[in-house]
Amino acid sequence: MTLAATRPVDVAAASAPTPSRGRRRLRTWATIVSFLLPALVLFSSLVLVPIGVALYLSLFKWGGFGAPTDFVGLGNFTRMFKDSVFLGDLWRGFLLILFSVGIQLPFALAMAVLLNQKLRGRAIYRLLFFAPYVLSEAITGVLFSMLLQPGSGPADHLLGSVGLESLGGKWFADGSTVLVTIFVVITWKYFGFHMMLYLAGLQGIPTEILEAASIDGAGAWQRFRHVTLPLLGPTIRISVFLSVIGAIQLFDLVWVITRGGPTHASETMAVTMFQFGFKRFEVGYASAISVAILGISLVFALIYQRFVMRRDLEGAVTNMRARR
Amino acid sequence: MRRLPQHAILWVVGIFVVGPLIYGVISGFKSTAQLSTNMFGLPSPWVTSNYTAVLSSGAFWRQIFSSTLIAVATTVIAVGVSALAAFVFARFAFRGREVVFTLFTMGLMFPFAVAILPLFVLLRSFDLLDNPLGVILPQAAFALPLTIIVLRGFFRTIPAELEEAAIIDGCSAFGFFWRILLPMARPALGTVSVLAIVTSWNNYLLPLLVFNEPKWWTIPLGVQQFQGQYAADTARILAYVVAAMVPALAFYSVAERQLIGGLTAGATKG
Repeated sequence: MTLAATRPVDVAAASAPTPSRGRRRLRTWATIVSFLLPALVLFSSLVLVPIGVALYLSLFKWGGFGAPTDFVGLGNFTRMFKDSVFLGDLWRGFLLILFSVGIQLPFALAMAVLLNQKLRGRAIYRLLFFAPYVLSEAITGVLFSMLLQPGSGPADHLLGSVGLESLGGKWFADGSTVLVTIFVVITWKYFGFHMMLYLAGLQGIPTEILEAASIDGAGAWQRFRHVTLPLLGPTIRISVFLSVIGAIQLFDLVWVITRGGPTHASETMAVTMFQFGFKRFEVGYASAISVAILGISLVFALIYQRFVMRRDLEGAVTNMRARR
Repeated sequence: MRRLPQHAILWVVGIFVVGPLIYGVISGFKSTAQLSTNMFGLPSPWVTSNYTAVLSSGAFWRQIFSSTLIAVATTVIAVGVSALAAFVFARFAFRGREVVFTLFTMGLMFPFAVAILPLFVLLRSFDLLDNPLGVILPQAAFALPLTIIVLRGFFRTIPAELEEAAIIDGCSAFGFFWRILLPMARPALGTVSVLAIVTSWNNYLLPLLVFNEPKWWTIPLGVQQFQGQYAADTARILAYVVAAMVPALAFYSVAERQLIGGLTAGATKG
């Protein structure tokens, strides 16, 4: 991504004082502004301003109607860190990230490695494994709430018929199993996406390198561990990043299946925010939670990009100054 | 058959992925009473009334129409507006460019959930609740970051000589953009359009808040509402779920290349 190659009209350099140049410069600026304006207006009015308003509202105790007048400073935030539901959201988010990074992504990687070999029907497997990704989380949630009906659903019948009924029976209905069950649905829906990322990464690894390793006497595992895995590093780091951000912001699936229940056992930050904002009309507190979601996402993104993805990404958030 | 273990693994995973879908399709052909006694067998008799009821219901088609209208409008606005901006980001050098561009890339981090409360208050005060624009405009705004990033990347690959030649021939900046750049960028435009359509089609949170009246309900809202309405009639709900999945899966089978290519490119370049 070099800038020098694509610099047909350099406004900053055009500083000669002749009138025709000045006019051309003005015209260029007019073009820049008029081309950027629609995007800027749309983006600021519907993304940036609402986020700014959320920041502002998070400082008030406000029910959602009339003007917010009851200024509480950082009261909503101190309340948040004493709120056992919110603290539970953080813990559950952490668990979901742990499951995703520790189980879902390695599984997706294994499938990608498998489907990168010359196997009959691999194109069909790829197509099928990715398919759940295009379904909406809401519809996926409805489907799985039918499949996993405690006791009477097909999943329990299937487990019962092979003598494993002890594994099922509770699913979304019990606080001790609901989070793991949601994670299974997340895996069903998203592992194909990560698999596709890894496949794209694997295709970028030159076969000569693997052949060379092979000639040097490296076995299959050694080739994977010492050649494929390091070369796949950038892809894995992106995939972990997307997975973590997805877990931090999870809402649709949980809302459709459990609304965060039973008794908060599957609640996420976004669900808590929604409950307070739209069900209990504590909009100020709900705004503080949404600010926390944004803050956690941003802090994670900055730290991750600076320390983990630094070698892969030029640009994005952290090193914009280096880039100019 | 020395690949047998690999194939065995793929079969197991394949059943995990496709099983729920096939179960849904087949169960839709049973009555709920039949489903409780014959859960995994083929239907006997084959009952088509669940599917015909869905396909002949006005609500289902209204939801399909609503989802389609909203997805298409979102995509046209998002891609049109992004293309203009990406053109400037890719081919003009000006003070503050990277700052503005970074502002947009940071948008990738902003989930609906963060902005949804003020957005709702905003839409309410502009009387955009129960109005498709109340979903279309915010969705388009949230689609800008990814679309701009992908399009800017593509626009940069088009050689500067081409633009110089066009300008010497008397082409204005907009003329170059409209007559030369956009036609050349058709693959990239296809990719970002497909991503925007799928994202809009699957959106749940925003339509849930904006549409109180069933009039503009989208497919995800409709499915969830149908489940609530026919809670015990499992076979019927499954038929609705299956019918609701068909458009997305059909679209995937047609636009598979753009979708996967766009997602992997968007992820690795974003």
